[in-house]
Amino acid sequence: MSILPQVIFFLIFSVAAYFLFQRVSYLKRNIMLGKKEKRNDQAEKRWKTMLLVAFGQQKMFKRWVPAFLHLLVYIGFIVINLEVAEFIIDGFTGQHRIFAPLLGGAYTVAMNAFEFLAVGVLVSCLIFLVRRNITKVPRLSMSELKGWPAMDANLILIIEITLMMAILKMNAADQILAERGVDHYLPIGNLFFSGLLQPIMRGFSTEFLIFVERAAWWFHIVGILAFAIYVTYSKHLHIFLAFPNTWYSNLKPKGEMKNMPEVTNEVNMMLGIPSEAGAEAPAEIGRFGAKDINDLSWINIMNAYSCTECGRCTAECPANITGKKLSPRKIMMDVRDRTEEVGKSLDAKGAGLVDGKSLLGDYISQEEINACTSCNACVEACPINIDPLSIILEMRRYTAMEESGSPAQWNAMFQNMETSFSPWKFAPTDRFNWADKVKDEEIK
Amino acid sequence: MSTYKVPTMAEMAAAGDSPEVLFWVGCAGSFDERYKAVTQAFVKILNKVGVSFAVLGPEEACTGDPARRAGNEFLFQMQAVANIQVMNGYNIKKVVTACPHCFNTIKNEYPALGGDYQVIHHSQFLQSLINEGKISLKGGGEFKGKKITFHDSCYLGRANDVYEAPREIIKALDVELVEMKRCKTKGLCCGAGGAQMFKEPEPGKKDINVERTEEALNTGATTIAVGCPFCLTMMTDGVKNKEKENEVNVVDLAELIAKDQGL
Repeated sequence: MSILPQVIFFLIFSVAAYFLFQRVSYLKRNIMLGKKEKRNDQAEKRWKTMLLVAFGQQKMFKRWVPAFLHLLVYIGFIVINLEVAEFIIDGFTGQHRIFAPLLGGAYTVAMNAFEFLAVGVLVSCLIFLVRRNITKVPRLSMSELKGWPAMDANLILIIEITLMMAILKMNAADQILAERGVDHYLPIGNLFFSGLLQPIMRGFSTEFLIFVERAAWWFHIVGILAFAIYVTYSKHLHIFLAFPNTWYSNLKPKGEMKNMPEVTNEVNMMLGIPSEAGAEAPAEIGRFGAKDINDLSWINIMNAYSCTECGRCTAECPANITGKKLSPRKIMMDVRDRTEEVGKSLDAKGAGLVDGKSLLGDYISQEEINACTSCNACVEACPINIDPLSIILEMRRYTAMEESGSPAQWNAMFQNMETSFSPWKFAPTDRFNWADKVKDEEIK
Repeated sequence: MSTYKVPTMAEMAAAGDSPEVLFWVGCAGSFDERYKAVTQAFVKILNKVGVSFAVLGPEEACTGDPARRAGNEFLFQMQAVANIQVMNGYNIKKVVTACPHCFNTIKNEYPALGGDYQVIHHSQFLQSLINEGKISLKGGGEFKGKKITFHDSCYLGRANDVYEAPREIIKALDVELVEMKRCKTKGLCCGAGGAQMFKEPEPGKKDINVERTEEALNTGATTIAVGCPFCLTMMTDGVKNKEKENEVNVVDLAELIAKDQGL
């Protein structure tokens, strides 16, 4: 038997692994363009959150239909990867179905389970295509998805459908060849789903069937390797990043905004309060708030790369529902797109962050961030605990403190608060007047 | 015959006394014409039950919440640090407030600036008074058998996971609690959070409070209960926008109880 297929397999696998490594390094460097932030307290709670939210898909089930279909694809993805492990071993060793003789009847059960899941993935992806392109579910056909994002989503679904069809075709041809006693092909028992395809293939010659089986095998394994690399260019990265993303979830009450210690130092100085935090004066005075991606935390950027653009955030956003420009999903997409722009520029030895552009201004407008009610609906809605709100609020901080660019009515509110300690213009001495009425009233 | 008492911390301290709980009134509670009635209703309940409380009176200042949400961290911290100095000066341990924004800020954001207190929202406080039997609701009266819907405020609900206390209060009133489709974790904002209360909304096809009011009206409720001064304003405006102000009331939880108690 020729060793050529093994050599080719080895080469393809090595090239794929090399590219994948390059892409992972690139993504990691991009994410680390964000500010350092330590968030690894409460490890036990973090593992639990990851298990429930990412592994257990808890938050997906706020919407039952897509949750069920997604669950099928997700289980299919994980379980069918076991079969891919066999593919890889076969590819390296030149064997065919190396586990079949070892597992016996259990192998038949496993193959039937894989085929069931393959069909589940196939059907789910078809329904997803219909939801995106025919019934046009509102959150999946909004303007921010025009162009590449919509194409990306459809490509992923089509690739998955094609890969699953390859598995089924391969098994069907494989078992006809086994029936015919062709060398290398082992009978592995009754396979229900691929068995349904066999009537179409029974008329084919043995040579053609071998071609079909081998072609499907190579297509599937090369397809999966190519898909793994494609994923790193795609919104589909959530299949990996959902896990670290949920591990690094914000575990504090959602209403809490991060304190700015650099401001506390100055406020204490102004008020003549001895500062306890004097020792930890910031080494480098950065910008207040966020204008560009390097002002955000690395967790914000990881959030952006983890986002799969499902739009549940935007569908729940009160500003978006009532026709304002703000879309939390677009905020995440903008952070990712700007990071990509900077990352590519850095790799090309270009200007990187100092290219004269910035996240706020060139990607995200004041109108968008001003429309946010900070209601946390987007944060609550995200199936993998992405936090668009913290990005919006950091950009408001930049606008207010670095540019004094807040809306006029907010500036008026600031002024009221400075002079009369209330957002409204009332005399502080009148603050207690409300009590006069009750103080005169008899207790009933 | 005695009248309601509203002691201030300064008076208490001068008498060498300290209350069990500080009632943080908030700016809306102090100045908003409509919302002052909520402050007064809550104070009457505290008097009636005999809770040992005091207010800061003129010594209170805005928590800084709208400044922080609008991005002005300096102004927020100026307000916060000054308030914390006052509260720590009186050695305050426990704070109750009717405003979810004040609640969130004092509870979650003051600790980083040196202000550590046990902070509860008035819905939780009232619920515990009911549970302890200190308030026994009469039921009946003008709410008997009426439909009431509760509008979750974001800073009480999603921001701090308080969903049940307000509902427990309403259920104790012998009324029919009807939920809007978007409730609890999925509750729709009234449109005022994140400092939106203090400016006009961005261009769009609808105002958020109108969207929310339509949902509340669709439940068939004749009373919309809220637990937040901003929500009270937004929902009241929404009801007016829909010209339903003669049929539908927007009231705070404290007002529901005060009314039940004939206060």
